[in-house]
This record gives sequence, C-alpha cells and structure tokens, in this order.
Amino acid sequence: MTSAIIDMNAIRKTYDTGKVKVEALKGIDLAVEQGEFVAIVGPSGSGKSTLMNLVGCLDTPSDGRYLLGGEDVSKFTRDELADVRNRRVGFVFQGFNLLPQISAFENVELPLLFGGVAPKKRRERVEELLAKVGLADRMDHKPTELSGGQMQRVAIARALAMRPDVILADEPTGNLDTSSGGDIMGLFTELWQQGSTLVVITHDMGLARRAGRVVEIRDGRIVRDGEAVA
Amino acid sequence: MKKTLSLVLQLFLRSARLQKKRATLTIAALAWGTVTILLLLAFGEGLKRQMTSNEQAMGNNLAILWPGETTRPYKGLSPGHRVQPRIEDVDYARDRMPELDAIWAELTSWRTALSYGKKTINGRVIGTIANYGNARKHFPKPGGRFLNPSDEDEKRRVVFLGNEMARDLFGEEEPVGKTLSINNSPFTVIGVMQRKRQSSTYGGPDATHAVIPQSTFKAVLGNDRVNVVVFRVRKSADMDGALVHLSQVLGPRLGFDPEDTHAFGVWNTVEGQKMSEKILIGLEMFFGIIGALTLIIGGVGVANIMYAVVKERTKEIGVKMALGARSAWITGPFVLEGMVYTFLGGLFGALISIVIVTGLGFVKLEGNDVLEFLGHPTLSWPIGLATIAILGVCGLAAGYFPARRAAAIDPASTLRYE
Repeated sequence: MTSAIIDMNAIRKTYDTGKVKVEALKGIDLAVEQGEFVAIVGPSGSGKSTLMNLVGCLDTPSDGRYLLGGEDVSKFTRDELADVRNRRVGFVFQGFNLLPQISAFENVELPLLFGGVAPKKRRERVEELLAKVGLADRMDHKPTELSGGQMQRVAIARALAMRPDVILADEPTGNLDTSSGGDIMGLFTELWQQGSTLVVITHDMGLARRAGRVVEIRDGRIVRDGEAVA
Repeated sequence: MKKTLSLVLQLFLRSARLQKKRATLTIAALAWGTVTILLLLAFGEGLKRQMTSNEQAMGNNLAILWPGETTRPYKGLSPGHRVQPRIEDVDYARDRMPELDAIWAELTSWRTALSYGKKTINGRVIGTIANYGNARKHFPKPGGRFLNPSDEDEKRRVVFLGNEMARDLFGEEEPVGKTLSINNSPFTVIGVMQRKRQSSTYGGPDATHAVIPQSTFKAVLGNDRVNVVVFRVRKSADMDGALVHLSQVLGPRLGFDPEDTHAFGVWNTVEGQKMSEKILIGLEMFFGIIGALTLIIGGVGVANIMYAVVKERTKEIGVKMALGARSAWITGPFVLEGMVYTFLGGLFGALISIVIVTGLGFVKLEGNDVLEFLGHPTLSWPIGLATIAILGVCGLAAGYFPARRAAAIDPASTLRYE
C-alpha cells in the first residue's frame, strides 16, 4: 500500500442537475501501484469518464477519500488541483486536445510553462520528449499539419513533460486508424517498460490486453479487477 | 505573484500574436469612440470658450444702471421723481465704494456728426473716463492708446475710435494721429479699438462708437446728463452687495429710497453670466453623454469580442486547465487583453484627436461668421480625464466579464466531448 500512487477509498460522485440526482460512482475502491499499467473498461455510461476525471483531479469526489501520490486531494481548491494536475498527472485524450494555433513544440512546452520551468530547461526537455516520440523533425509543425498518430504522439510528449506520477489516457486510440493505433499502443507499452504508471480508459481490447491489469466498471461500481485475460 | 504576472504576460503575448486582425479591429473601434468623445467635448469646450469670450467682450462682472423714476416717497419727495445723477455723484460714489473695481458715468451723444476729410458719418459719441478702457475691454490696436486721466484733467480733444467707425471714416488709412471733427470741433485720434467679437451690448456695439473724455464731452457737446452709470466688481460674488451699497450711497444724495428698486433700471451681467454658464455646462454634458455613449459602444464591442473569444476557446481553456493552469493564468490574459486593447485604442484616439484639434487651431476664425461663433475646438485636462475614466471603465468591463466566464469553465466537461 505504501507505494500506491492512486489510492481511492469509497469514492462517490453524485451529479445534482437540480431535479434529478445522478449517482455516477457508487463507492469505488481503487489502488494503483507505482509502475502499473491499468486498463479501465466498461460500457458507455458506466462511470469510466467520471472516474477518469476524479483520478486526474479535474473534478472532486462527492464523498470518499482520494490520495494521489500520498496527498489527500479530495478537499483541494481549484488552484491546488491545478498544481496537482500539472505535477502529478499527464493527460492523453481521445481527441488529442492539442492547441491548434501553436506548434508541436509550444504544445509540449505548455505544462512546463505552467510548472515554472526556466526557458532553457524547457527547450531541452521539449526537444528530448519530441525526439523520444519520434517527432524531432516536426517540432515547428502545427497540429493541423500532422497526422492523427503524430498528434497523439505530441500529446503523449506533452503528458510526459512534467514527469508525472501517472499518465491518464482516455481512449487514446479511439480516433486513430489501426496502424497508428498500433504505434501508440507500442509507445504506451514502451513507456510502461521504462517505469511509467499508466491508467488507460479504453474500448480497445487490443490495448486492454497489453495492460497488466484490467478494471471493469458497470453502473458506477467495479465489477472485475484482475490480470488481463488473453 | 511574480510568477503569475510573468506567466500571464507570456500567455497574453502568445495569444495576441495569433490574432492581429481582431486586435486591430478592436483597437480601431475604441480609437473611433475615443476620437468621437474627444472631438465632441473639444467642440463643446471651444464653443463654451468662444461664447463666453463673445459675451464677455463687453467686459465681465459689470452692472449697468439707467436712471429711472422713484416709486416710493422719500424725505418729503413724492413718488415719480426723476433720478438724475451727475458726474459728481458718480465721483462721490467712487470715493465711498472702494470695494468696486471701477465705476464710471457715461454721457452719450447719439447721431453726432463725425467727419474726416470729405467723409461725414453720424455716430455715437461716449464721454467717459480712463477706467472705462480696461473694464469695457477697449484694447487699443498697436500704435494707439485709450484715454488716460490727463486727457480728462486737461479736457483734451482726443478720441478713441471703435474699429468699425475708424474704418468707415478712414478706410485703409491709419487713423492714429489724424484729426477728425466732432460737431465741427477738431479731435485727435489717439487709438483704435482692437477687433473683438461682441455678443452683448447696451446702447450699441463698441466697434461703432467713439469715446472722448467726460470733461471734453461736457465742454464740446454742452451736456453733462449721465445716461448710464456702470460699475465693475472684482469678483462676481460681490455683485449683489455692491448694488445694495450703491443705492445706500446714492439714495440720500439723489433723493430716493435705497430700497426703491425703480430708482435705477439695472442690468446685472453676473446673472446673465451664471445663466449662460449653466446653459453651456448643459451643452457640454450633452456632448459628453453622446461621446461617452459612442465610446461605451466601443467598449461593449471589445467585451463582446472577448466574450466570443472565451466561448470559442472554451476547449483550449479546458486543456490549459487540465495541464495545470491556475484560474488567474486563464483569466489574466483576457483581462490584460481587454486593458491593452482599450489602452491602445484610447492612445490612438487621443493622438488622432490631438492632430485634428491642433490642425483646426490653425484655421482662421476672423471673417467667417460660423467659425467665429463656434470657436476653436479645445482639449482640456478635464476632458482628457473624463475620457480616461470612461475608457478605464470600458477596459475593465471588457476584460472582467469574459474573464469571469472563462474562469467558470469546467475542464472536465469541455474535454469529454469531441
């Protein structure tokens, strides 16, 4: 337990839309150890995205305790959560969510800018990361000038920028063709082997199979948690 | 704090670089608004100054008193008695009313023959004293002078001409030093009045009369009946007191009850000054409101654009939040953007207005009736400060509301949907 990066206890999330209260998560206990590769699967509306938002500190739980890297973030303010996201979480989205008007370099640089990293170090780090994802020659390209697979690699470089405790990916291959999807899956596996902690939400059973552990969610509860099955 | 400022600045510069066209249009809208308000206020101010100077071309803080008839019995005198002041009575009042800036009697001879060479005109001749010159703004053209006390003491036959009368008599010739005749007596011209635009008079415009010493008037025209008594107070607030005091001084001497308001017909120019000040302030406020509304429309335009920017960039803001941007780093650039646009728009607007107003300042007013009435548009500090205040409000509003909206964005919901 001591090395758990993510430690969730009896997490509940209720959306109050005024008339109707929707309970999206009904008591989640989830612990993710350092270096784990966890796939979260489940049908639409099962609460995956809500769980992802809570894990990524984009939202706070209605009830329960959440320790991220040992810090209790359940009661953090917006700005404290922003700092936590900056330092501890790297996001990879299905739609890439790169800023379209700025170059790949500047996109990867953003979290470093928010993290207060000095300009020279920022440049070194961005160059290193883009080389790592194989885009050293595309640094000055804008996202619109890149293919889907390349955009997702820029997004992964951006997620890695602040050396986060955990990389959270939401359907990272959902918008990619099979071959690019395969590349990205390969990149995730590589990162895992290098020691990163990965939490991936996916419908893609190919990607889920690569994970060491699969957590299945239905109706706001974890219904299965175990080794990936072939 | 330092980190926040430098981050906000960097983020602002990064986003500003991407939208030069929008920035240019926004700044142009604000510059336009600024030019509108500044020019309207400048025209208002110019009009005010011009009208005030026209109105006060006769002199300011004056009271003009026409002798009338009593309406109350006084020390055995029945009502209906004519008040007939003489020159000595005005001298008597002068000695007893040191609070006055000046007091003098005016003797008037209407339709008097003035001739120079073969030319003869009928004009108004005023007999008065040296103090009249400054108080009634009879400033001589270079090379001439107004009456002085020696002219009075020595009964000199000298005359100061209104500029139009001088032109009628002398044409293009220089009148000073020449001799003309008034009622067939020779008089030397000592000065010609500088041209002035005058909108109020008693008796007639200053430009069309001739002024000679009182003592000479009496000797040559054989008349010492005082037509009007005029005095000037040092400041407008003294006027009411001075009018009461004058009645108290002259009443017993001329035989009227100091309380009798009909002993003199009074024109108190201070009241007129106050009235026109009010009208002019009203006019300026009207201009100011129109200008302010125009400028506010510019400000609303900025806010609207910024609002659209926030909406358009909702996802981008969500991404930045996900990457760890604090609220202030999101809202700061918007606030800064609003303020920078407003500042630049205001700056350009002010520069354009200054150029226009300075340019109009070179236009000659003389000889053009419309411009002589309008005056030169004038920028003043109060106008500048009012404009800055309105611009400041616009800038803050243009930044604040969109920023508040940006800060309220929920990153989780913006990132979820594709």
